[in-house]
Amino acid sequence: MNKLLLIAGGSTLVYGGIAILMGVLPGITLSQTPAGPGVKPLTAIEAEGRAVYVANGCSYCHTQQVRPLSQDKVFGRPSAPGDFAYQTPELLGSERTGPDLTNVGARQPSPVWQYIHLYNPRAVVPASIMPSFSWMFDVVDKAPAGVTPVPLPKAYAPAHGVVVPKREAQALLAYLLSLKQAPLPTAQAAAAPSGQPMAATGKPAHAPAVAAAPAGSAYDAAKGEQLFSANCSACHQATGEGVPEAFPPLKGNAAVNDADPTQHIRTVLYGLENVVVGGVKYESPMPEFGSMLSDDDIANIIDYERSSWGNHGKPVTAQQVAAERAKGK
Amino acid sequence: MHVSGGIHGDALPPAQPAEVKKTGPAMEMATAHPSSAARRDDQALARVFSAYTICSVAWLLFATFIGIVLAYKFGAPDFGSGAWLTFGRLRPIHTNATFYGWASIALVGLAYYIAVRSCRTTLYSTRLAWVGLWLFNLAAIAGTIALDLGYSAGDLEYREWPWPIRLIFLAALGVTAWNLVATVARRTTDDIYLSNWYTMGGVLWTCIIAIVAILPWYQYGLGQVSVSGFYMHNAVGMWFTPLALGMFYYALPKLLNRPIYSYALGVFAFWTNLVFYPIIGAHHFLFSPLPWWLQTTAIVFSVAMLVPVLGGSANFLLTMRGRFGELRHSYPLAFILVGVIGYLVGSTQGTVEAFRSLQAVWHLTNFTVGHSHLTMYGFVTFAIWGGVYALLPAATDKYPGQIGLALHFWPALVGSFIYVISLSIGGTIQGLDWVRELPFIQSVVDMQPFYVWRGVGGSLMFLSHFAFAWNVWRMTFGHSARPMALVAAAEEAA
Ligand code: HEC
Ligand code: HEC
Repeated sequence: MNKLLLIAGGSTLVYGGIAILMGVLPGITLSQTPAGPGVKPLTAIEAEGRAVYVANGCSYCHTQQVRPLSQDKVFGRPSAPGDFAYQTPELLGSERTGPDLTNVGARQPSPVWQYIHLYNPRAVVPASIMPSFSWMFDVVDKAPAGVTPVPLPKAYAPAHGVVVPKREAQALLAYLLSLKQAPLPTAQAAAAPSGQPMAATGKPAHAPAVAAAPAGSAYDAAKGEQLFSANCSACHQATGEGVPEAFPPLKGNAAVNDADPTQHIRTVLYGLENVVVGGVKYESPMPEFGSMLSDDDIANIIDYERSSWGNHGKPVTAQQVAAERAKGK
Repeated sequence: MHVSGGIHGDALPPAQPAEVKKTGPAMEMATAHPSSAARRDDQALARVFSAYTICSVAWLLFATFIGIVLAYKFGAPDFGSGAWLTFGRLRPIHTNATFYGWASIALVGLAYYIAVRSCRTTLYSTRLAWVGLWLFNLAAIAGTIALDLGYSAGDLEYREWPWPIRLIFLAALGVTAWNLVATVARRTTDDIYLSNWYTMGGVLWTCIIAIVAILPWYQYGLGQVSVSGFYMHNAVGMWFTPLALGMFYYALPKLLNRPIYSYALGVFAFWTNLVFYPIIGAHHFLFSPLPWWLQTTAIVFSVAMLVPVLGGSANFLLTMRGRFGELRHSYPLAFILVGVIGYLVGSTQGTVEAFRSLQAVWHLTNFTVGHSHLTMYGFVTFAIWGGVYALLPAATDKYPGQIGLALHFWPALVGSFIYVISLSIGGTIQGLDWVRELPFIQSVVDMQPFYVWRGVGGSLMFLSHFAFAWNVWRMTFGHSARPMALVAAAEEAA
């Protein structure tokens, strides 16, 4: 009996001690981590959306932890302990089959894009292997008053009727759009700068102040393509053909081929809403990029658009972008 | 510690050469005229062992079928769309069914058999063994249904089941611990053979892990992250590992008909594993906002884990020294050898992966998926197969055929090679794509061919499980083949 006590009892006692030391005690301490500045609890509908996210296992493909590594800068600033105060169950995840979503609300704020993407990711990202969540949508003959149907490209739309989001999808959207990192207090921010949309290098695009300085470096095609693919192609597509009904083509677009680049520059700086493009009225707005990209980067993107897919727009310079920025919205 | 353990003491080791003819477990079914009470006990044990094995086979087939569906979805993401078949619900069903259906049930069945035979006693309670089996199955069925309906406790690796279901699993563990310890307590041997240290320890420690994982009070936000690190690591390494190692310590000497190379080394590995392993869970969250010291401690002890891992594997390999030729006609031995190598390579890989410089590339990629299959499949699953093939025939006196064994062994081996190698290469490429700061979608595109190869490997693995099912059938209810060469060889040697 004594041997049994020593082996089974002794080892269990040792293990119990370690479990308290390595499991319970860190749990107790870390559970009390206070919320970081600007980190807020979710609203009711966002919390509902988070439950949809959990139930459908989004975090088996998506992490929500930005590491202090240079390759993670595209996903935002490094996660801080205070970011997780309201996150139970935790959704840090262990695999990145898809991109990190910590800051996706800032990166991809368009509800229309998010809905199309959830309905069928391949409608906007042809190479995507993310599952379709079409069951979170209803197909109806006519959208009820006040509800905008999801503008799906023909190949992905149901044969009859229009697609409207169910409560699940609405909640999930609210949650996704709520995923925005709170900026760190300035002292910390200097050490770990926030990088919202992606600059070509993957380093955060330091906003205008820095960018205006070396104004005038020449157009760099490779950089332009990379910037376009990181910031614009989700909607306008790598082919420049856009998504019918949802996002206009830039191939052959009037503003892009216009010798006067004002409209083109201002669209990228300040976004665009309720404007008929190529005879089509688009329901969703084009987001603004002025606060996220430098004049140099914007000039690069614009020149890339003006020289691709058969477009022949006159190239622009960073100075021209700076001038439009100076005029204000 | 009584270093010589069961080897030279009064307690006969499970396969002490000179004694095996008289009292070795393999002979018990066959020896002359056991009393009818003893025969009844033997039959009851054989039934328990068979039932656990058969249930585990059903779970293996189910879990790996789900695995195949998941693998297919990487190439055809629109296949099986709809809530019940969506990737994010099937993924935890696959892992939990593998863990708590297949591996847990199979290993507990083996642990019971080993406890009874190595302690030269009878099961403390056959009824408890059956109750445990029902509870294990109930938990796994309820967990599967809950996850498929979207009732998930959170995407917390290996503890997604809602807590009431995890309580059922805990009850199953409790029943098993009680029964196992009580069985060892009524041993007729003086010493407790090393195998039982590992199996009893595994069950008892896992009760603690399960309790730590269920209690909610210290699991908010980052606190829960640290508990997740602790749990996901310990649920593997303090549950499957000790049970599989305990099985090695029994089945290897038995198959080879010679004692374990060094009993003392086994004891040493037991205690070092116990102390080092539980400390390293945080290495699943390197570069996360978890305190840096916690991560660094985890890395340091991940290196320390080389001590029990190398010690344990060396012990098994040295036990086999000079006898590798027998692999040619002994599939059970071959399965166990793969299991031992899987243990060695998988665990060493775990240590290497824990370094920050390598984690910076491999973390969050498919390399990790390769690693988890190297350990759960290459090590644990092969170990279980070896154990079942070595011991189930001894319990039931029925044997699988060589062809069935070959049809199981080779596709499983080749399939898992393809699986692990393709994901290791693909994962590395994926990680390097990120380091080079290419657009994210590039890493998705670059993984495609490796996802296909993973599917090929996975299909071979899946097919081999049908051969396993057939073999188990022959070892239990079906028509037995002639006794395996291996047992005959052991007798000659004796
Ligand atoms: C099988 C893996 C998988 C699952 C499960 C999955 N995703 Fe994705 N997700 C991806 C991949 C791959 C991408 C990148 C390609 C793309 O944009 O579609 C992606 C991209 C995204 C993006 C765009 C991110 C960006 O930076 O542009 C969002 C938003 C998203 N997923 C949300 C979700 C939500 C919400 C769920 C659960 C309801 C989910 N995903 C489930 C694989 C997955
Ligand atoms: C969330 C989707 C989305 C993203 C991302 C996006 N756009 Fe747009 N873009 C739109 C929509 C929608 C319109 C049409 C708006 C309207 O008609 O009111 C548009 C219109 C345009 C136009 C045409 C303006 C005109 O007057 O004809 C240009 C040029 C343009 N976008 C450039 C860009 C560039 C450059 C980027 C990347 C920096 C970008 N877009 C990113 C959705 C997007």
